[in-house]
Parts: sequence; C-alpha cells; structure tokens
Amino acid sequence: MAEMAMRAAINSALVQEMTRDDRVILIGTDIAGGQMGSGGQEDAAGGVLGITKGLLPRFGAARVIDTPIAEMGYMGVAVGAAATGLRPVAELMFMDFIGCCGDMLLNQAAKIRYMFGGKSTCPLVMRTMIGAGANAAAQHSQSLYHWMTAVPGLKVVVPSNAYDAKGLLATAIRDDDPVIFCEHKALYDLPSAKVEVPEDDYTIPFGEANYVTEGSDVTVVALGLMTHIAAGVAAAMAGKGISVEVIDPRTTSPLDEESILESVESTGRLVVVDESAARCGFGHDVVALVADKAFHSLKAPVKLVTPPHCPTPFSPPLEQAWIPSGERVARAILETLGLDRAAIDAALAAA
Amino acid sequence: MALKKEELLEAYRRMRTIREFEENIHRENTTGEIPGFLHLYCGQEANAVAVCMQLDDTDYIASNHRGHGHCLAKGADVKGMMLELYGKEDGLCHGRGGSMHIADVSRGILGANGIVGAGAPLATGAALTAKTLGTGGVAVSFQGDGASNEGYVFEAINMAVMWQLPMIFYFENNGYGEFTGHDYVVGSKDIAGRAAAFGLPAVRVDGTDFFEVYEAFGEALKRARAGKGPSVIEAQAVRFYGHFEGDPQAYRSTEELESVREHKDCLKILRQKLIKGKKATTAELDTIDQEAVELINACREAAKAAAFPDPATLMNNTYVSY
Repeated sequence: MAEMAMRAAINSALVQEMTRDDRVILIGTDIAGGQMGSGGQEDAAGGVLGITKGLLPRFGAARVIDTPIAEMGYMGVAVGAAATGLRPVAELMFMDFIGCCGDMLLNQAAKIRYMFGGKSTCPLVMRTMIGAGANAAAQHSQSLYHWMTAVPGLKVVVPSNAYDAKGLLATAIRDDDPVIFCEHKALYDLPSAKVEVPEDDYTIPFGEANYVTEGSDVTVVALGLMTHIAAGVAAAMAGKGISVEVIDPRTTSPLDEESILESVESTGRLVVVDESAARCGFGHDVVALVADKAFHSLKAPVKLVTPPHCPTPFSPPLEQAWIPSGERVARAILETLGLDRAAIDAALAAA
Repeated sequence: MALKKEELLEAYRRMRTIREFEENIHRENTTGEIPGFLHLYCGQEANAVAVCMQLDDTDYIASNHRGHGHCLAKGADVKGMMLELYGKEDGLCHGRGGSMHIADVSRGILGANGIVGAGAPLATGAALTAKTLGTGGVAVSFQGDGASNEGYVFEAINMAVMWQLPMIFYFENNGYGEFTGHDYVVGSKDIAGRAAAFGLPAVRVDGTDFFEVYEAFGEALKRARAGKGPSVIEAQAVRFYGHFEGDPQAYRSTEELESVREHKDCLKILRQKLIKGKKATTAELDTIDQEAVELINACREAAKAAAFPDPATLMNNTYVSY
C-alpha cells in the first residue's frame, strides 16, 4: 500500500467512482481547466488547486464540466440533475461562497425527498474547501460545516486524512442523499494527513468515528485539521503520563454519538476542539450532547476550544491567534484535570 | 476631448504608479513576505484610471478581487495600500483585510471583494443612497467577464434600471474568469449586448485605449449625474499575469502572453499617443516613471519595516458595540 497525500486521495476516489458508475459527473468552476491547456486536455489545470487534474482527459468534457462563476445556477443544475438520474459531484471552490448558492442546498437539495413524500432522491455531493491558515482572510477561510449540519436532509463530512477522504468520498458519491464534503485546505499536502491508502475500492460508513489515539484520562473530540493539533498535544501529554483519547467523528451528520458518549463515560472529561465557530458551532453540539446524555459521568467541566467570535483576520500574527492552537488545547486538557492556572503555566513552560 | 496637459500627465502617473505597484508585488511575492492570495491588475490600468479620474470622493466605487488598481486610481494612499498587503497595523485596513478586502471608504472605495460579482449590488446600493440623499454622487462597480454571469449582477442591473439610479456597471473583460475563457462561459459571447436587454445604454470599448475608455465613461457619467439612469460599459482588456500569483497559466500560450505585452499594453499605448500628439515629452514621462519607482520602493521598505498588529486587538471592530 502506498502513502498518498489527501489531494491525491480525493482525486483517486473520483477516478474510482467515475469508473464504477457512468452517472457520476463532476461540475464546477475551473474543475476541467476552462480553456484547457496549451497542450490540450492533458494539460488542463483541474481546478485552482489541481484536485481534479487528469479527470478531463480520462472521462471527457461531458462528465467533467466547467461552469461559469454562477454558483446558484450550477448548484441548482446539479440538484436538478441529481433528482433525475445523474450523480453529480459539484465543487464549490471555497465554502465561504455558500452564500452564493445557499438556496439550492438548504431549500432544494435538502428537502426534495421529504417534501415529495419520499418519492425522490437527490444523490448530490458538494465538495468544498474550508479552513484558515493560508492568510486567505475573511471570505476564503471559514469552516461553515456547522451551518450545513443544522439542516435536516443534508449529510456532512469533514475528513482529516487521505485514507478517510478517499473512503468517505466514495461513500458520499454512492449515498442517495445530498452530502456536503468539506476539505480543509491545509490538509491537502499536510505530511501527517499523508497516510497509506489502498489502491482498491473501499468505503467508510458515515456516522462512525475514528479513534485517533486511545486514552483513559481525557476525551478530545476534533475534526479535520484540528485532529492533527489534538493528536500532537496527545503525544506530548503521553510523555507526561496523561492519557488522551482523541476522537474524530469524521461526519457531523450523521454523528457517531455513541462513540463520543462511550469515551466520555470512560474518561469523565471532555475537551472539544472545533474550527467552525465560537457561537452555535459544531463544538457546541457535541457539548450539548454530552451535557444531555452523559452529564453524570463528568468529573470536570467540559472545555471548548474554538476561534474567537470575529471574522478570520488577514495579517499572519492575528490569524495565528485566531486558529485554535496546540497550547490552548493543552491548557484545556490540563484544566479538565483540575490544574489551576499557575500549575498549567508551569506545566506548559516545562514543555 | 479636451484633457489638459497636466490631466494627461496625471493619468499617466496614476497608471504608471499602479503598474509599478503591481510589478513590485509580483517580484516581492517570491520572498514570502507578502501573505495570502494576490491578483494583479497589470495590463488593465487604463480602465481604472480613465474611470476614477473623472470621479470625486462623493462618488463610490466597488471593486473585485483584482482591486489594487481601482483603489489606487480612486485615491487610496499608496503607502497605506502597501502596508495592508504586508498585513501591517498601519495598513489601510489595519491588516484585517489584506489584498482581497482592501478598502478606503473615506475616498469612496467600498472595497475590493473576495466574492465574484458582489460589487455590483453593493455599488447599486451606494447609487440608491446617492439618489435618496441627493448627494449628487454616482456609483461604479468594477467587475470582470467572470462576474458578468453571476445572477446577482443581473439582479443589480435590473434594479438600477427600475429605479433609474446613478450607477455605472463597468465590466473589464480581460478574456479570462479565473482559468476559464469568456468565450466559453458567456453564452452569447457578448456582455454588453446581453446587458442592453435590461433596458439601459450598453457599449463596448477598447480597454487598452485610455482615451476611448475616458470618453465612453464620460458619457455614462454625464447621464448618471443628470439623473438619466444607469449604463453598462464592457471594456476589452488584457491580463498580463495569471488569475492569482502562482497560477502557471497553462491555459494560455507563451505567444499570447508575449503578444499582449507587446501589442496591448495600455501604458505603452498611452505613452506613444502622448508623445506622438505632442502632449508630453519623453523626458517628462521618464521623470514620472522614475518617480513612480521611487515612490513604490519607499512604500515597500516602509511596509517591510512596519509593525504587525497586536494579537490582543484581534476582536476589535467585529461590532460597533457588543
């Protein structure tokens, strides 16, 4: 089995599913490469970050379709096509642009099946890029998966590594419900997200969390890029005799409530690390779940680590202060273990 | 058109300053000191300058992701712009916005924008303010061929016609929306012709010719100021660099890239016309060139030396009060 970066794993899942099923089409801005290359289809860009590179020459312009920059229009076309026999994978270049196509997801894709009395399906996948860290500022850095998670009828995936990305994208494409697939831009080439990926066809079921590390003292729930930050902290803590269990739910809808609850029941402590939002975010959903269903297992107050309630700033030192840091995660873990501020400062200074 | 000599020299200076600003960023971007995404305006300078030099601070513009030129032409402080691009506290937006969100409302600049086409409805809102409050101002949105296909751009044009707003939609058709050719994504292949169907004057001009843009925009401006409603201008422009810095532009041939610099450089064309028409001497223009280089060099060094924002101020200005 070869190691693969998440970028290649997503491309590989698309190849796998397009080969398997002729009804799978790709649609989005620049995904083919527009004018193609001066060297023809082989040279076509395959999206601004090259994720869909090579798919145009392989599958042709009827299945890898470039659109105008008209998000509402092409997302609507994808929803309509999904409801009538195709299985479109539509790309929204940045999730921040969801405002430009929102209705087609919220009021059309999510509700068609329910409103039609179960007589229709909408097997749409919307792939989209999320996440801060690229100095891309306020309109190209958001992780709005919590918005989509709040909408009944949509499924939402937030992969954290190459293996999960390939298996979950395959599941998403085969799923008969609309799926929002959120790719953190920092993960495409992140070394720790580059893992062994089978060449063969495989899928990963939705609603099944991954145990990034197993542990007995504190449960940390994290998604996407945040799992890597949490895993780094867990490794450092292990050296100090603190056993941290990092759980990556992988899908926010459906959510693997059972794994989260089971872990909290065993550790008695919970830290949630979430890039989505300081208010009404995915993290708050997990905290509410635990408060509702595992309150009496808790030995300490729950800690939530999110960005502050302000837009993502452009300037690097501000952006670094905005993104949940390893230090904040470590601090939260130590707080759940009952350390006071001075003891935490001393522990972090020693580290 | 009776532009005075000093106005022509000022136009050349603004275009030259934008060019130098952008070429400097193109070079400096390789050092890694400029954070984030950069979309350069090189090749399109005649458009921003011929439009903005006819406006004043009571008039608004709304720009797009390729916004440095529009802001500089409209009077944004050059040093403040440069500091913003470097993410510094004394930048125009205190390092919060950066290249794609640069703005200076005091000069009637509603900002660059990261959302394609968003400037059209925003500027239409500024035109509504101007009409409602009777400020005498007009509003201009700059957007590209890519944005010409966005639904809310159509919606904004319709409302501007409905309400006869002092609004000018200025489409800079540089041939490419991101990586994709306008001849593929504009179904009718005719942005001005399509816009005319909304019921407003819509013309196409050569966006490499300062004088042609100046004249066409002047006509639209006269109508807007006289309360005769909105207009559309489609300028055929050229983009020297990629969609963003780092775009290898595999979709364009080397011949095309060389040819536009050789034959469609609006700055070169203006320079030749000024000399040929005896409006300026080579020496006068060379002096302006040199001054632009010195200005940009000074701004760059100031930007590099300037302080970053204090992370303790991260939350400032999320709200007026909370």
